[in-house]
Amino acid sequence: MGDPALSRRGFLAASAAAGLSMTALSGCGGDSDGGSSDGTTTIEWWNISTTQPTKDVWAGLAKKFEAQNPKVKVKIVQLENDAYKSKMTALTASGKLPDIFHTWGGGVLKQQVDAGLVEDLTDRTKDWAEGLVPVSKQPYIIDEKVYGIPFDIGMIGFWYNKALFKKAGISAPPTTWSAFLDAVGKLKSAGVTPLALAGKEAWTGMYYWAYLAMRTAGVGALQKANDDKDFTAPGLVQAGEHLKELVELEPFQKGFLGASYSGPTGQSATVGNGKVAMELMGQWAPVVQADTGKGLGDDLGFFPFPAVEGGQGAITEVFGGGGGHALRSGAPQAAADFLKFFASEATDLELVKKTGVLPVVPAAESAIADPNIKAVQKELTAATGFQLYLDQAYAPALGQEVNDSVAALIAGSKSPEQVTESITDVAKEEQ
Amino acid sequence: MTSTFLPDKRTGPDTDRPPPAADAVRGRARRRALNWLTAVSFQVPALVLFGVLVLLPILFALYAAFFRWGGFGRPSDYIGVDNFTRLFDDPVFLGDLWRCLVLVVLSLALQLPFALAMAVALNQRMRGRAVYRMLFFAPYVLSEAITGVLFSMIFAPGDGLADHVLGGIGLDGLGGEWFADPDMVMATLFLVMTWKYFGFHMMLYLAGLQSIPRELHEAALIDGAGPWQRVRNVTLPLLAPTLRISVFLSVIGAIQLFDLVWVVTAGGPDHHSETMAVTMFQFGFKRYQVGYASAISVVMFGISLVFALAYQRFVLRRDLEGATTTMRGGVK
Repeated sequence: MGDPALSRRGFLAASAAAGLSMTALSGCGGDSDGGSSDGTTTIEWWNISTTQPTKDVWAGLAKKFEAQNPKVKVKIVQLENDAYKSKMTALTASGKLPDIFHTWGGGVLKQQVDAGLVEDLTDRTKDWAEGLVPVSKQPYIIDEKVYGIPFDIGMIGFWYNKALFKKAGISAPPTTWSAFLDAVGKLKSAGVTPLALAGKEAWTGMYYWAYLAMRTAGVGALQKANDDKDFTAPGLVQAGEHLKELVELEPFQKGFLGASYSGPTGQSATVGNGKVAMELMGQWAPVVQADTGKGLGDDLGFFPFPAVEGGQGAITEVFGGGGGHALRSGAPQAAADFLKFFASEATDLELVKKTGVLPVVPAAESAIADPNIKAVQKELTAATGFQLYLDQAYAPALGQEVNDSVAALIAGSKSPEQVTESITDVAKEEQ
Repeated sequence: MTSTFLPDKRTGPDTDRPPPAADAVRGRARRRALNWLTAVSFQVPALVLFGVLVLLPILFALYAAFFRWGGFGRPSDYIGVDNFTRLFDDPVFLGDLWRCLVLVVLSLALQLPFALAMAVALNQRMRGRAVYRMLFFAPYVLSEAITGVLFSMIFAPGDGLADHVLGGIGLDGLGGEWFADPDMVMATLFLVMTWKYFGFHMMLYLAGLQSIPRELHEAALIDGAGPWQRVRNVTLPLLAPTLRISVFLSVIGAIQLFDLVWVVTAGGPDHHSETMAVTMFQFGFKRYQVGYASAISVVMFGISLVFALAYQRFVLRRDLEGATTTMRGGVK
C-alpha cells in the first residue's frame, strides 16, 4: 500500500513552488522604469489570459496600442491562474510589482495597497472611468480611492433548465426564498433532482450561504463582519438556518458530497446533460455546461438569487466579481494610457465579441449575442449593491474557513451557530 | 568506524621506535590521510545536496512550527508551542491520526496477507503465471493521480461502472455513494489503495520466495510436511526479512498518504477521508498558515521517525545486524 516516494514527491512540489517564487523575485528586478536611451518606454503587462481566443485577442490589442503610441512597447507576461497568484504573493513580499498587473480587487489588492505598492488612480482615471458599469468598479475601490480598472464583471445566480421547470409546473422563476423552496418541492415531486452541487469543492456551497447572508443581514454585512472580526450577528446565523431548510429538503443530486464541479459526472455536467434542474453558479456556467455535458441550449435560463422575506437585503444586490488591472506605484504614464485604451468602447466591444466577457463599458452591451449573458448583464447594470467573492474579499484562511464550515453545515455536521462561531474564531486569529 | 582512518597516536613521531619503522608508519599515516581526504571530497557534493534539500527544510519546518507565519517574509510572530496545542485540540487532526491508524491496521490485516497469498499462488508452476504477475503489478506503475481520476469515475454514484456492474448482477443493494458517503469513503479508499499497492508487495514477496532454496522444501516434503506446514515452517520464516520490510514500507506509506486522497476526495466529504498530509496541504497552501502547517509536518515527521527508529531497533535489528557486520569487516 505504502509508497515511500510520496513524501519526496510532496517535497519536490513544495520546492518547485519555492523555486518559482525565487524566479519571480529575481525576474522583476532590473530595468525599473522601462525607459531606454532612444526614448521608448517598455511597459510590462502581467495577465492570466493563457487560453484562446483571449490570448491572441489581447496580444492583438497590445499591438494596436503600440501602433497608436509609437514610443511605447508592451511586454506581455502571461501566467496560468494559480501560478500567477503564487508569483504575485512572492512579488508583493518583495515589494515590487509589474507595471500593469491583473487583479481581482478586494482583500489581496488592499494588502498590496497597504504595502504602498499600488498606484492611486483616482485622479488619473476620473475623466474616462466615470462611465463604466458601476458594480464592475466596486472591487477596486479601497477607502474611496480607485486602484484598478475592470475589464470583466460577473455574478452568481441560478442557472435553470426551463424544460424541467415546465415539467414540474413552475411557471416563473421564484423571486422569494419560500417560493424557491416551493419550487424545489415541486421539482422533487415531479421526479426531478432540483439542485446540483459539487460537495468536493467547498466553494460551490459557500455561494448559498453568502447570498443568504446578503439577503438576511443586508449587503454590507459580510464586509462588516470581516472588518469587525465577528460573524455571529443574528442575520448570519439566520443565513445558515435558511440553508439548513434547503438542505433538509434533500434537493441535491445523488452523491453530491463527493461530486466535483467540472468533472465528467460533476455539478456542471449533471445540469448540462439535463439531469438536474438548477445550479447556483457564475456567468461562466453555460460555457462549462456545454464543455462537460451536452449543454442546454435554449432550455437554459438565468434568475437572480431570490430575496428572503423579512431580510434586509434586496434581490437586486449581487454577489460576484470580475477581472481588472492595477498599476504599480510609480508606473510610467504609458501604463495609465494603456488602461484607458483597454477600457475604451472600441476595445470593450472587441473583448465582449471575441472573448465572451461581460462588458464594463455600457455601450458595449450591443455586442452580447447570448440571451442568457444578456440577462446576467441586465442584473449587473441594474444592481443596487455588490459583494465581492469571499475568497477575494477575505484573507485566504478566512475564505477557506467559510467554505469549510458551510460545507460542514451542508453535510450536517455543523449547526448554523457553529458555522458563524468557527468563522469568527479564524477571523480573530488572522488579525 | 572513523577511528580507523585517523593516524594512530601510539605511532606518532614522539615515540622512541627506530627511524625506518617510523618512516613506514609515517608513510602509512600519510596514505591514510590521503584516503580520508578522498573519501571526504567524494562525499561533499552528496552531503551538500542532502543538507540543502533535506536537512535544512526539516530544520526550517521545525523552526517555523513555533511561529504564526503566512509563508512570506521572515517568520517573526513567535507563539511558542501554540501551534502544537492547537493541533491536538483540532478534531480534524485527531481524526487524521485515527484514520491513519485504521489504514495501518487494515493494510496489515488485509492487504499484506492478500499480497502474500497471491505471491505464494503465483510462485507455483502454472499457465500464464507471467501474465498474472504483470497484471497485478501494473496498477502500481500507474500514477496516483491517474488512479484517482479513474476510480472517481468507477465509483461515481449511480452512474459509475461499480454501480452498473453491481446492478447488472442483481446486487443493486450493495451499490452506494462510495466516495460521497462519509461512512463508506474510507472503505472505498482502502479498496482502491489495495488495488494499487498489493501488486508491489506481491512482487517483493515473490522475490523473497524465489530466494528460498528449493532443497528446503524438498527436505520438508521428505520429512512428510503438508502444504500448510511447509508454508508455516519453511516459507514464512525464510520470508520474514521481506515481510518486515514490506510492513515497514506499508506503515510509512499510510502515514504519508496524500496524492490519491487529494485527487479522489480532497479529504472530503466533510473531512471523513482527510489524512495528515492533506490537512497539512490545506493549511499550508490553501490557507497560507504555513506555521501551523509546519507543525503538522513536524508531527508527521516525528511519528514516522519514531516508528522507523523503533521498528529498526526492535524488528529489523536482526536483518540489519548482518549488514553492519559485513561493513565493519569491509573497512579492514
